[in-house]
Amino acid sequence: MKIAITAQGQTPQSTVDPRFGRAAWLLIHDDCDNSWESIDNIAGRDTAHGAGIQAAQKVADHGVEALITGAIGPKAFTSLTAGRIRIYHGATGTAKEALAAFKAGKLKEASEQDATGGV
Amino acid sequence: MQRAGFERTPIKQSARALQAHLPRPADSRPRPSNHGFAMPIKIAIASGKGGTGKTTVATNLVRMAAQRGYQAAYIDCDVEAPNGHLFLRPEITQREVVRVPVPAVDEKRCDHCGECARFCQYHALLCLPEQTLLFPELCHGCGGCRLLCPKDAIQETTRDIGYCQSGRADQADFISGCLNIGEAKSPPLIRAVKSRMPTTGMAFIDSPPGTSCPVVESLRDCNFVVLVTEPTPFGLHDLGLAFDMVRLLDIPCGVVINRASDNDRETLAWCETRQLPILASLPDDRKAAEAYSRGKLIADAVSGFAQPFAELLDTLLSLPQVACHTVSGERP
Repeated sequence: MKIAITAQGQTPQSTVDPRFGRAAWLLIHDDCDNSWESIDNIAGRDTAHGAGIQAAQKVADHGVEALITGAIGPKAFTSLTAGRIRIYHGATGTAKEALAAFKAGKLKEASEQDATGGV
Repeated sequence: MQRAGFERTPIKQSARALQAHLPRPADSRPRPSNHGFAMPIKIAIASGKGGTGKTTVATNLVRMAAQRGYQAAYIDCDVEAPNGHLFLRPEITQREVVRVPVPAVDEKRCDHCGECARFCQYHALLCLPEQTLLFPELCHGCGGCRLLCPKDAIQETTRDIGYCQSGRADQADFISGCLNIGEAKSPPLIRAVKSRMPTTGMAFIDSPPGTSCPVVESLRDCNFVVLVTEPTPFGLHDLGLAFDMVRLLDIPCGVVINRASDNDRETLAWCETRQLPILASLPDDRKAAEAYSRGKLIADAVSGFAQPFAELLDTLLSLPQVACHTVSGERP
């Protein structure tokens, strides 16, 4: 299964970026071969509107099944849900630590009520 | 940047000199067939900061121009919060829904290739393996996705964003727009409002506050911009932003200071350094606020306001950008 983690840098040791649409990097971990891939999300940082949608497009294009992030906005929630990508929010620490927390079942799955963009 | 009519004294002088040439028919006499102007004159009333008095200036000016016999129109482009009708109390005779184009994806034809989503710079389309999702509020209606779709799976439909209404307010024409609640983009509606402007006479365009797209859309193609400010640090700061925007649009402008008392020195100095003419100074008077709160036009209802508005109108009529279009006026 491929898991996307929002991060401030491009390595698993980077801190989790609390934002999804405007996260600096999208890290993709494949737990079948334990590989890591990093996607530059500069387009999301610079866009005025629809940042969550373009980030959702990126993770959907990579065949991701679960997303780990800090907070999720309403349009990103709609987009990811439509793409059958499950969202786990409230992640902190490094991307690797967030992944471990997710594997240990410590992260909560986001519902529609959580899709407020962290406010 | 050199702008015509930018020095204070020459404007006043030319105002007087030109009055003799301006068509100012008395109500009893027949109006000139083209109502005084060879083409529509568009004067926009804008501001950086909100609540400085744009609507007060625009509504009083249009009433005064109409009372003098000019063909005058009030155009409320502040479609997110239109309020000119509270003062002009128009009789609305026409109301039309305004629509913008949006794509509609035929899922039977769509093979989710993603061409449309990659093309859309506003991320209004999301292409997932099993469906293509549209976020209509992000769509700018360019139609590019429909042209590009290799499977011809995209049709164009429309959605309502608000309405335009028009009518008469005494002797003046009245046109306004109202954006639907929750709608994010007002420029298409502002374009629709402006397209309904009369093709002759003079139009006073009440712009939204700020300096973003809705304001630019309101000011585009105008002959002159009146920037209304208040003598506060906030008012002056946002006047600076608005002035920069108007300069980029390359439209001549002048300043009206509203609620002025002895606290306007900084604003005056700021305008002087930039050679920005002060077109009028409206005094800070509680009676004006009271009349405003009752929906009255202060030039009519409060003593001491008829004169500054009359002078402001004279000044505007004498501007080279305006006077050159009057029938008998000559280019100064």
